[in-house]
Amino acid sequence: MIEVRDLVKRYGATTAVDHLSFTVQPGRITGFLGPNGAGKSTTMRLILGLDRPTSGSALIEGKPYRDLPDPLRHVGALLEARAVHGGRTAFNHLLYLAQTQGVPKRRVQQVLELVGLQPVANKRTKGFSLGMSQRLGIAAALLADPRILILDEPVNGLDPEGIVWIRDLMKALAAEGRTILVSSHLMNEMAVTADHLVVVGRGRLQADMPVAQFIAQFSGSAVLVRSPQLETLRAAVAEKGWQCTPSGQEGAVVVTGTTAPELGELAAARGLVLHELTPQRASLEEAFMELTREVGQFAHRAPGQPEPADAPVPGQYAPPSGQPDAGFTAPGAPGAGAGQPRGGNDGGH
Amino acid sequence: MSTITDTRSTLTGLTPLPPASGRAGFGGALRSEWTKIRSVKSTVWTLAAAIIISVGISTLGNWGQASHTSLSAADLARRDLVQRSMFGIMLGQLVMVVFGALAITSEYATGMVRTSLTAQPRRLHVYFAKLVIVTVIAFVVGEIISFASFLIGTHFWATKGVDLSLSSHGALQAVIGGGLYLDGAALLAFGVGAALRHTAGTITVGVFLLFVVSIIVNFMPDSWQADIDKYLPANAGGQVWATQHTADVGTAFGAWAGFAVYICYAVIALLAGLLVFKRKDA
Ligand SMILES: Nc1ncnc2c1ncn2[C@@H]1O[C@H](COP(=O)(O)OP(=O)(O)O)[C@@H](O)[C@H]1O
Ligand SMILES: [Mg+2]
Repeated sequence: MIEVRDLVKRYGATTAVDHLSFTVQPGRITGFLGPNGAGKSTTMRLILGLDRPTSGSALIEGKPYRDLPDPLRHVGALLEARAVHGGRTAFNHLLYLAQTQGVPKRRVQQVLELVGLQPVANKRTKGFSLGMSQRLGIAAALLADPRILILDEPVNGLDPEGIVWIRDLMKALAAEGRTILVSSHLMNEMAVTADHLVVVGRGRLQADMPVAQFIAQFSGSAVLVRSPQLETLRAAVAEKGWQCTPSGQEGAVVVTGTTAPELGELAAARGLVLHELTPQRASLEEAFMELTREVGQFAHRAPGQPEPADAPVPGQYAPPSGQPDAGFTAPGAPGAGAGQPRGGNDGGH
Repeated sequence: MSTITDTRSTLTGLTPLPPASGRAGFGGALRSEWTKIRSVKSTVWTLAAAIIISVGISTLGNWGQASHTSLSAADLARRDLVQRSMFGIMLGQLVMVVFGALAITSEYATGMVRTSLTAQPRRLHVYFAKLVIVTVIAFVVGEIISFASFLIGTHFWATKGVDLSLSSHGALQAVIGGGLYLDGAALLAFGVGAALRHTAGTITVGVFLLFVVSIIVNFMPDSWQADIDKYLPANAGGQVWATQHTADVGTAFGAWAGFAVYICYAVIALLAGLLVFKRKDA
């Protein structure tokens, strides 16, 4: 179990982590979700004792990370896949880690086999693709059979096949009762991977709940309705206190704040003709944007800092209900949304 | 990369580890640091370069001086030929600075230090394990350089009728001292590197302390020079690989007193490095 208690981390004027508290339970995958610059990597570094918190604490099985007698057997971490010395072979990279706490040498071969890097074990990591580096990072994390895994954006740079592989691996590890904290800035990826979500924006906790609850709570329902008597229908809808938004289609609107049966009944009561009545679910990605939107405006820019290119731009996204059903099909497709090319790790440090 | 098909087995096919056996201790840190340093070519090349450059320059210098001098054997014997035979150390020390710097700054250049400190979060273990490995390697390489330089040099001076050997007055101490001096240069750079976390900056500071400072002092008024000169790292440390410590070089320090002053610079750098390594965010 990982416990984060009222954690604060400031870098000069930037508050990267702002009174964050949550726990990560064993036996499930906890998705640590937030836009770039939300403080996910910083939180992970604080958990691992790499950075000193400004205040608050992070505990692993009740202890600060530094007090773990043999940390690799408790926690496997993947922070930045590129953080290896390019002149060293994959084997030697894992060997020096193993030697810190007497992990047998053959274990190095075995984890390399597990991640599929056996053929390049004796190659220097300089020539590795980002995907291969990610696999090496996973191998390092699994080296000493840890009960807890902390993975910072592990699907970055992986091809769709690699993404499915890592997702299955995490699920299997969680099923064995391990504790898994995996960060991502992609809601859709988390929707198909995680069981539980911890959502952060601007260093603050935005949500901490099961994925299903998150979906139910944050992706508001809406109904697409098509009618030859659209103006009359609009008036009726307004009377009820529901909202009409343009659907982008001729003769149809999207009504939010209601359900298809309610809207159908209203139309029948008023004697209005309907040509279409389709329930819509907003995409999860939109729900996530919505949730982090008001903080997103400030989240990425410390004074004098340029805004990261792929940060969500406030106001660019319609409210959850305003868009046709896109998000709910996307997560099912392997690697949806996660396979976009991204330049290395997210910047910021 | 399509080798993974059976993900269901996850870790079950792997060797069960012995039950968690206590601590990631200092022994493990030492083994780990030894693996780190021997498994990158840059270290091996730097050390090879140190040996080739130092011994090469010593050899050239001794050959040139021995074959062009018009002094008699008796006059030559009054000079510190032992130190001259190891002249290459003047350049070798700069390569040792690079070695000492890289031993720590390369971890910051790649960000690998975070992986290292995740495996061993007790930072003093990591720092001292690195320090021990750097000290031992730099000592061995330093002694190879000083002994090889000296032994090659004796052949050239023998052609001039000067009988120089390890049993000559002060020679053994000076030759061992040559290796120690080089070790000190590596340690100074290691400490500065831990404090600065930046390769080029560390090498610059190292070169400044060992070289440039002496040049600057040369431009000072003579009366100041007399006071400051002997405390400069290169001058103080230079006494331990010399056989004469008199007015010759304008210093009053003996071999070991000079070496102690020299090592003080390294110790100050190492303490500064330790504080930064221990306290600052990785
Ligand atoms: N070492 C650091 N020094 C200064 N600012 C930092 C440092 N690390 C992170 N930050 C800042 O803290 C904020 C959170 O960054 P980060 O934890 O990397 O976010 P995420 O991983 O969620 O993208 C950003 O504004 C980033 O610029
Ligand atoms: Mg990050």
